[in-house]
Amino acid sequence: MGAKRNYWLFGYAVLYLAFLYVPVLFLPLFSFNDSAFIAFPLAGFTTKWYGQMLADDAMHSALWNSLKVGAAVALISTALGLLAAKALTRYRLPGGAAVLGFTSLPLFIPDIVLGISLLILLNTVKMPLSLVSVMLGHVLICAPFAITVLMSRFDGFDKSLEEASLDLGENGWTTFWRVTFPLVLPGIISSLLLTFIVSFDEFLIAYFLAGTDATLPIYIWGQLRFPYKLPVVLALGAVILVVSCVLVVIAEWVRGLGQSGRRTVGV
Amino acid sequence: MDDAFIRIENITKRFGGVTAVDHVDLGIKRGEFFSLLGPSGCGKTTLLRMIAGFEYPSEGEIYIDGIPVTDLPPNKRPSNMVFQSYAIFPHLNVADNIAYGLRRSGLSRAERNARVEEALAMIRLPGMGKRRADQLSGGQRQRVALARALVNRPKVLLLDEPLGALDKRLREAMQIELRQIQKTVGITFVFVTHDQEEALSMSDRIAVMSNGEVLQIADPVTLYERPNCREVADFIGTMNFFEGKMIGMGGDVAEIDAGPIGRLRARNVPVALTAPGSDVLLAIRPEKIAMHKAGAPGIVGKVSAAAYLGERSHLQVTVDGLKAPVAVAAQTSREPAGTEVSLTWEPDAAIILPRE
Repeated sequence: MGAKRNYWLFGYAVLYLAFLYVPVLFLPLFSFNDSAFIAFPLAGFTTKWYGQMLADDAMHSALWNSLKVGAAVALISTALGLLAAKALTRYRLPGGAAVLGFTSLPLFIPDIVLGISLLILLNTVKMPLSLVSVMLGHVLICAPFAITVLMSRFDGFDKSLEEASLDLGENGWTTFWRVTFPLVLPGIISSLLLTFIVSFDEFLIAYFLAGTDATLPIYIWGQLRFPYKLPVVLALGAVILVVSCVLVVIAEWVRGLGQSGRRTVGV
Repeated sequence: MDDAFIRIENITKRFGGVTAVDHVDLGIKRGEFFSLLGPSGCGKTTLLRMIAGFEYPSEGEIYIDGIPVTDLPPNKRPSNMVFQSYAIFPHLNVADNIAYGLRRSGLSRAERNARVEEALAMIRLPGMGKRRADQLSGGQRQRVALARALVNRPKVLLLDEPLGALDKRLREAMQIELRQIQKTVGITFVFVTHDQEEALSMSDRIAVMSNGEVLQIADPVTLYERPNCREVADFIGTMNFFEGKMIGMGGDVAEIDAGPIGRLRARNVPVALTAPGSDVLLAIRPEKIAMHKAGAPGIVGKVSAAAYLGERSHLQVTVDGLKAPVAVAAQTSREPAGTEVSLTWEPDAAIILPRE
């Protein structure tokens, strides 16, 4: 009976994985297809879409914009998350639970609502739309991710490690650099990767706030108006897919290092 | 109090509405092995953390070596701490853990390395400096934590239940080792524990705490032989209690009416309790009770349970008119349950306490 149940569970698992990943696999498949029409049967192997992609200047500048915004967002939201996570886990704050609730609220507000609200706000204060405004919007939605990742890291290590450092003659600042920072480093790296990916992928808020500087998702959205450009978009999508997979593997690997480091903290 | 090296003056700590430490006064002498003993939640760890500087007292002042330290942060105090969890830095190896506090000492690298080697030899882990923190056993982590604190040559070493996580055999070995190290380095140790045997076997003096208050401060023998209240008597070892009323003093021996078990005699009665008619509690240790065959003079009872422990036996003797059976520790006797016996003790062995 156990074997039978396992058989069904195995089938379920295969279907589930297929549901998750088969649609995504169409991207690389058609990106190598020698036809402008996205349809079976496949017409033959080509890399010309990748060639066109590499030659497209507008794509380059959109990619560069996205990388700049993503890097800035990752750094700013991780720095903010670090401060918030330390405060929320290490000190008895009046209303700490409420603070935590409010900082994670942006996760639950629909991005389209956030995008419109931010657009109204920026218009009101007469701030021109640019990559800076996109970055501010992205920090708003990325900071909660950073706080969550870093808080679990802070919770995972014994508070008496920091006390031991203070007891052994270090002050709060040097204790942070000699003990806290090395121990939360895996969390910081996870947070940087995660917030970068969230910003890199984000379309709605960027669409409202970008002005004339397109980020990569906005550029892709624009390309969809031209049917003959679709294979190029697929090629670009395939590249992003591979890079994302690599980043996720790195993030998981770092998290794994953190887990084994965490085990040593207990008795 | 004037020769006290660490002086705790009227220290109170409140967390919200809860008073963890309640107006504690005590003095700890230089070079002393001093224990704070009490059940969990009695305030002993909070008191230790106030000496270390991790908690700020709500009231009172703490002096170490004559200097008020109450307003100093932990890194400015002449004390180091061994944490209950040991708090070994997981990202550093053994040598770097031990050398952690030496960075600000102004010592040269060579001097620091020498100190670390010396410390490793002291804790009998020579050559283990390159070992990673997660490759250490519980006992080794405990020693590294000890070395990391002592290498700074603090005036005071604070230990928060450092042996709690070790198994019984290792704990007993570490008790002896810790005591030897303390004698060698001559540093004042303040040791927090809930284990009364541990406190008795290691300490020069012990403060017994309960509900944030210090009940008695004394050396182990006095604490065991002459507890000053029922709570201390009950917490340290096993104790039999008989309620009674003072009849009067015949010389230095008091005559006490203990109701159903007749008249009892005791020496060393506190002056406050000598007045005839005073309500008293007569306390007697199980090993101070002599057991005789039925028919001999004494308190008559019946053995209800007997446990043979090798070096001695523990017996429960039920006596008519008493709710709780009397605990007797006998060295030779192996009376089976059901035997009728007669119990006596010397007036010297009895302790007279006030009845609350």
